[in-house]
Amino acid sequence: MRKLNDNWRLITVAIPFAWLLIFFLAPFFIVAKISLAELAIASPPFTQMIEWADSGIMTIRIVFDNFIYIFEDDLYRNTYLNSLKISVTSTLICLLFGYPIAYAIVRSGPVAKPILLFCIILPFWTSFLLRVYAWMGLLADQGTINNILIAIGVIDEPIRMLYTEFAVYIGIVYTYMPFMILPLYANMEKLDGSLNEAAADLGSRPTNTFFKVTLPLTIPGIVAGCLLVFIPATGEYVIPDLLGGGNVQMIGRVLFNEFSRNSDWPVAAAVAIVLLFLLVLPIMVFQYFQGRSSGQG
Amino acid sequence: MTASNSVSATPWSDTDGQKPLVELRGVTKKFGDVTAVDNIDLDIYAGELFCLLGGSGCGKSTLLRMLAGFESLNSGSIKIDGVDMSDVPAYDRPTNMMFQSYALFPHMSVAKNIAFGLQQDRVPKNDIADRVQDILKLVELQDYGKRKPSQLSGGQRQRVALARALVKQPKLLLLDEPLAALDKKLRKHTQFELANIQEKVGVTFVVVTHDQEEAMTLSSRMAVMDAGRLQQIGTPTEVYEFPESRFVADFIGSANIFEGRVTEDGADHVRVQTDVCDVFIDHGQSVKEGGKIWVALRPEKIHITKSDTPVTGENQVSGVVDDIGYLGETSIYKILLPNDQIIDVTAPNQTRPMNRQHLITWEDKVNISWEPSSAMLLTS
Amino acid sequence: MQANRSRFLTIMLTLGLAFFYVPMILLVIYSFNYSKIVPVWGGWSLRWYRELFESAEVWSAVTLSLQIAFVNATFATMLGLLAGLAMVRFGRFRGRTLFGGMIVAPLVMPEVITGLSLLVFFISLNQLTGWPAERGFTTITIAHITFSMAYVAVTIQARLTGMGEDLEEAAADLGARPLKVLTAITIPRLTPALISGWLLAFTLSLDDLVIASFVTGPGSNTLPILIFSRIRTGLRPDINALATIVILVISICVAIAAILMFRQQRAEMRDQKMAEGADE
Repeated sequence: MRKLNDNWRLITVAIPFAWLLIFFLAPFFIVAKISLAELAIASPPFTQMIEWADSGIMTIRIVFDNFIYIFEDDLYRNTYLNSLKISVTSTLICLLFGYPIAYAIVRSGPVAKPILLFCIILPFWTSFLLRVYAWMGLLADQGTINNILIAIGVIDEPIRMLYTEFAVYIGIVYTYMPFMILPLYANMEKLDGSLNEAAADLGSRPTNTFFKVTLPLTIPGIVAGCLLVFIPATGEYVIPDLLGGGNVQMIGRVLFNEFSRNSDWPVAAAVAIVLLFLLVLPIMVFQYFQGRSSGQG
Repeated sequence: MTASNSVSATPWSDTDGQKPLVELRGVTKKFGDVTAVDNIDLDIYAGELFCLLGGSGCGKSTLLRMLAGFESLNSGSIKIDGVDMSDVPAYDRPTNMMFQSYALFPHMSVAKNIAFGLQQDRVPKNDIADRVQDILKLVELQDYGKRKPSQLSGGQRQRVALARALVKQPKLLLLDEPLAALDKKLRKHTQFELANIQEKVGVTFVVVTHDQEEAMTLSSRMAVMDAGRLQQIGTPTEVYEFPESRFVADFIGSANIFEGRVTEDGADHVRVQTDVCDVFIDHGQSVKEGGKIWVALRPEKIHITKSDTPVTGENQVSGVVDDIGYLGETSIYKILLPNDQIIDVTAPNQTRPMNRQHLITWEDKVNISWEPSSAMLLTS
Repeated sequence: MQANRSRFLTIMLTLGLAFFYVPMILLVIYSFNYSKIVPVWGGWSLRWYRELFESAEVWSAVTLSLQIAFVNATFATMLGLLAGLAMVRFGRFRGRTLFGGMIVAPLVMPEVITGLSLLVFFISLNQLTGWPAERGFTTITIAHITFSMAYVAVTIQARLTGMGEDLEEAAADLGARPLKVLTAITIPRLTPALISGWLLAFTLSLDDLVIASFVTGPGSNTLPILIFSRIRTGLRPDINALATIVILVISICVAIAAILMFRQQRAEMRDQKMAEGADE
């Protein structure tokens, strides 16, 4: 179609394309390259992949030692597994609570609905860091929860909550819950209300209708919500650092520290590449689901 | 203002020496594997109100969009006023389009919407204001210039869309389902209004529609489209009274169709033998003697009488009333014939059903017949 | 639909909202606490607000963050607009799949990886070309533009797809050339999406800690970097005061935007009702 003539089209595509090639794709390839290099006492601290000897002979050095090291080292392996455990569990908790909340909003009246939606979206716009900080005040040994429990005599000694895995779960569920609720809401809102009426008309009780009609039709929303929680939670750095202290190992935090403190760039780069592959898998699953549902529509 | 190059009032009926305004030659458009428009040749003359009629997906909208310049051609050519349009982008074509959605710019007032096209041609400011006022008067919306499209009713928006497309005085005005978004009553009224406006401004209109009644009322000539091809081109009367194929006979109005064989092909008459009865037609038609042919009969052209005496012979047959549909002004009778075929007959309800004995009712024996001029012969 | 929630749903909703808002309300209350130890109540006071306003460190971090956010939002919106147009209005072109992938990828890329790869990139670039000589404002802004343009592009893409091409075709049909169609029709129609895209990019930039931590250099502390360094060691009453201000400003802005949008919707519905009478 002759929408814009060719020069305009070229400029319009070229500018953002070039930007992404330079500042997104190129950095990523550099990381990939470093992950295949060896640690060296140099600046930057890794060996070059391609070296030119004096005679003009080019040598290419690729080592997979870093990847082997990651898989053989208990620390890394356990950290990956722990990250996955925490992110999968928090995703399920978000789904368990987010689903009824989204459903409750869909079932609200025309006045309450936009207000409730606003209340769900508002935290998303407020600072992430400060929302995590709010929980530090609640969970600390001398924090609000312990103070209240001691005051009403339930406990004598404060319970340790801050700097535990429990605090990390709370933090992740708290910050990522809106990402679960919003896609679920969008999915449920599109459902035809007459489907429920049709099911009731055909003699189905509400619980049965929910499991047989509503739930299957909201699977795309469930998948989207779960991915939106799972992906950022797996690579999370701030929450394990602030709420988990040194006691909870998650890969994002290890990566950050590896990079800034140890300066073992090749290993850190390999850790990053492995993390990325862990996340690519669920995204491909998501696209499979999307392709399937759009194929049906 | 009348089209300058029209000599006779209806140039399309006497094509000798007339130069068409729009010439389509072998126009073809494919989307992937689907051929939306298939090798179409068509001439449209200045001053016409030409309708493209067809069901959804028949390619009529694609053809219109090709005229406007929104779709490129896979092969063939389009000439407007003698100029080849292949390399002319939409914004340089002497055509304007009225979109099915109206496509009024929601962030501009009615007057600004109408002025938009004139501004692109760098018409002086004062002229723009005058021409906008004139066209608003034509569509009876003088006082609505300052309103936003969202503040107008469906009918008013339709007229703004028409005014915006007309104000540039295009050589060719393309209308994509111009009345589809209106409710039924308003649509009937607007059909006549649209034809009146076309007559007043003298611009050539090409209208795409799926509504046969709309096409019949509006058009000077119409083309019936199916599966990307033109099935028949003619005046509404020609297309209705002399369909060339079973598709057209069935698509425009309704028709009882039966298969037969030509037994006699005279200069001024044709005889056909069918399962139902022998059919005599009192005018000559180019058919092949002994060849397979189809006879089509319009339900309203068949006479029906209650009678216990069966008839045989040409253009008449006896049957039994199988079903009746009461439509108010007319009734539709489904007559079961001896060969088990069912034929539709419509008859006006000229008397109120006070005296039931005169009425034709279920299981009644009836005779049906038609004039020698009524039966239509279809070769495909 | 009329409200018809079961009791279970209402309870879940109430608990959910309490879960969202109680921590923030407590955060705000404790910002007015005189005591230096956050959870111990020492009476109402504006002490921490005063300290906050007197801190040069806080002011310079706020200024830097706002500058970065502003420049980032503006560039990200422009690039996102171009990217959205390219994806929705250009049909097929070579490299479209790669382009589409690169637009979405920053949305799902963990921040740690984005930050890490950009830092490595800036260091390598510095060795090759001598630029960027030092990391700070420029490098953070570039990093932020890269991931926020993805959010803007997706917003614009969704809007463009929803708009359809009728209006642009109508303008072309009336003789408008491509550039004119863009400026007179497409961009005005995209204004709401551009504004929300800009605001989103602005917020994302103000909020980012991880990527900025990677690509910043000595002396360039954005507000999140400053806050993070302070709360890493525990609760700080001055951060409560800062949080209160941030929450207040953002809530007011979002509320105003929501009310404006709601009003516009209502006005459009009213216009429509009035207009329908004319066909009678």
